[in-house]
Amino acid sequence: MSNDTVGRSLEPLLTTHEIVIFCGSGGVGKTTTAAAAGLEAVVRLGGRVLVLTIDPAKRLADALGLEGIGNVERRVSDEVLRAAGIEGRGELYAAMLDTKASWDDLVLRHAPNEETAYRILDNRMYTTVTGRFVQSHDYIAMERLFELHSSGKYDLIIVDTPPTRNAIDFLEAPARMAEFFGGRLLRWLTMPYRVGGRRGARLVNFASRPFYQLADRVLGQQFLQDIAEFFLNFQSMYDGFVARAKSVEQLLHERRTSFVVVTTLEDAPLREATFFCDALSERRFHLGALVLNKILPDALCDDDNRDAATKLLDEADSIACDLAATGAVELADQPRTARVLRAAAQTFRDYSVVAAREAELRKELSHVPDIVAVVPALEDDVHDLAGLRIIGTELFSS
Amino acid sequence: MHPTPRGVEAGRLDLLDRRLLFFTGKGGVGKSTVAAATALLASERGKRVLLVEVDAKGNLTDFFEHPRVGFEPVQVQPGLHIMQMRTDASLREYLRIHVRVPVLGGVGPFANVLDFVANAAPGVKEILTIGKVCWEVGEAIEGRAPWDLVVVDAVASGHVIAQLDSPRAIRELVQVGRVREQTERMSELLASPEITALNIVTSAEEMPISETIDLVASARAELEVPLGAVIINRLLPEPFTRADEPVVAALRTPPAADLLATRVGSGAEAVLDAVALAASLRRSRAPHLARLRETVDLPMVNLPYLFAHDHGLRALHQLADALGEELDP
Repeated sequence: MSNDTVGRSLEPLLTTHEIVIFCGSGGVGKTTTAAAAGLEAVVRLGGRVLVLTIDPAKRLADALGLEGIGNVERRVSDEVLRAAGIEGRGELYAAMLDTKASWDDLVLRHAPNEETAYRILDNRMYTTVTGRFVQSHDYIAMERLFELHSSGKYDLIIVDTPPTRNAIDFLEAPARMAEFFGGRLLRWLTMPYRVGGRRGARLVNFASRPFYQLADRVLGQQFLQDIAEFFLNFQSMYDGFVARAKSVEQLLHERRTSFVVVTTLEDAPLREATFFCDALSERRFHLGALVLNKILPDALCDDDNRDAATKLLDEADSIACDLAATGAVELADQPRTARVLRAAAQTFRDYSVVAAREAELRKELSHVPDIVAVVPALEDDVHDLAGLRIIGTELFSS
Repeated sequence: MHPTPRGVEAGRLDLLDRRLLFFTGKGGVGKSTVAAATALLASERGKRVLLVEVDAKGNLTDFFEHPRVGFEPVQVQPGLHIMQMRTDASLREYLRIHVRVPVLGGVGPFANVLDFVANAAPGVKEILTIGKVCWEVGEAIEGRAPWDLVVVDAVASGHVIAQLDSPRAIRELVQVGRVREQTERMSELLASPEITALNIVTSAEEMPISETIDLVASARAELEVPLGAVIINRLLPEPFTRADEPVVAALRTPPAADLLATRVGSGAEAVLDAVALAASLRRSRAPHLARLRETVDLPMVNLPYLFAHDHGLRALHQLADALGEELDP
């Protein structure tokens, strides 16, 4: 199953980039893989490494001593690392994305003055939009990344991306945000205010435009007034905001940023991973590596092993008889031994079918980046530093 | 907030007798598969089913080995239609039906604005999605749409509260007018335990179970939508009893191990390795399942891991059968 044309270790990728963004569909082990890569970089490469995560498993966060971690990055203490037998050459930091807090920071930074900032922060529309609705997460994750990167405090930032409905949503979020603020819709919505202008912001021209006539019938005037006010205030941040969104987008495209796509060899996640690899290339992002996670052992596909399972199944009774003759007390109950042998053989066959399907899907992989790392199926969920090291070792093995 | 009466939640699992079933869950647990299997089971039992795909992936029809469909429902199996949610189409339909605005074959700046509003304006996507779903259910109840049951493959658990709560969020923002009345009607429909149930799909792993527990708590606190069942998907079989464990251990030690190698070849060890892997995978899941069962008092539906297939119509039939047996024990 080895593929000689591609490398297996993430090490060169993590050495030569400042930002590495882990993406993939939900449930493939993205968060754990990103954390493991960060820890391994600290151990082997040194430097200051930050893992920006979205929602780590509670047990994992606890194991890292990061209970209640929030928007502000926090260092994983040397004691925690040493307790797990890890002598890091560098420093490991972690931060968890808090969407609402990040939006508030952004408004405070870009509003022309404090008064406008607080008018926006208190607006009902704003609270609803930033707190409840989905798309805002994608943009703010990238925005936060930009901010952390430009702080210059870290040699390497590893990002665990938010679970998006659509894998490319967060890539396009900065562009969409810029478009939104520069867009015609916003000008339209705020036009009555700007026309009313000096004579006090009355909604003078509402009724003359088909859009407003329609919107008024459907939504009522108060709502439109709220929305216009919100957008008018928001528009005061236009320049700063658009410039910022463009910088964020540019950073994602730069040479120092790379992407790692994580997937299992199951039908649906793999299809999404393939789609994502293509989307990255199309948009000229740097696709650095593919991580195949939770992969079953090759031994399950071995013909000799399959033959052994078949024989066990066919000859269970007679083998059980021979085993009883060895005198081992545990094997004295022949019917039980025969049943266990059959169950063992059946279990092997069940997993063998899955492993064969994985191997098949792996062969079909097109558009493979230069590095394909493979992490085997582990016997337990990873919930401590030792578990992260096991994954990290696989990610760095060549 | 009006908590759902306990008796309804804990009573007979009459899922298929309701009119509107949402399925959510953490990404990767098989939420779409379970929604599709439920729709298939209901249609096999003679219901006329509309299966609505809300996530933008557009691959729900793959389970039925049928080409992709759009906003217009298409029959993929006897008694089973599928539609893919498209919020721009939903907005146009809304304007055509309710505002009687002739929406202008999609030209000009007006159409651009409509598309922008439908796809990009925050919050609008959610209400257009839920609005369309509720519209179909309402029409069906009035006998004007041919569905006994609408099954929604909803967004993942992190987003589902925002989606299901959107009628109320809009109501808070919009004080008067037609939209306000309509969102009130939507909320009533969503809150009725005879009509609606939100079901959570999970697998027996740490994160999906934690999300399920969190979602049950936040759904009870923030939503009026009644909870249905927790579906535990991809449960691994238990090939051995505790009493078998010494037998397995003895098989790995001499002289039994040598004898096995002689009888079936060197592969015997690999077979027992696979058994060890399977056993520990299963064992690592047990505490999470226990935590779920202790914390959540909803009916639990168990679905097996399918080794032989992981997609396609055969797999879906197997799951629908397993689901049927769980629903009528």
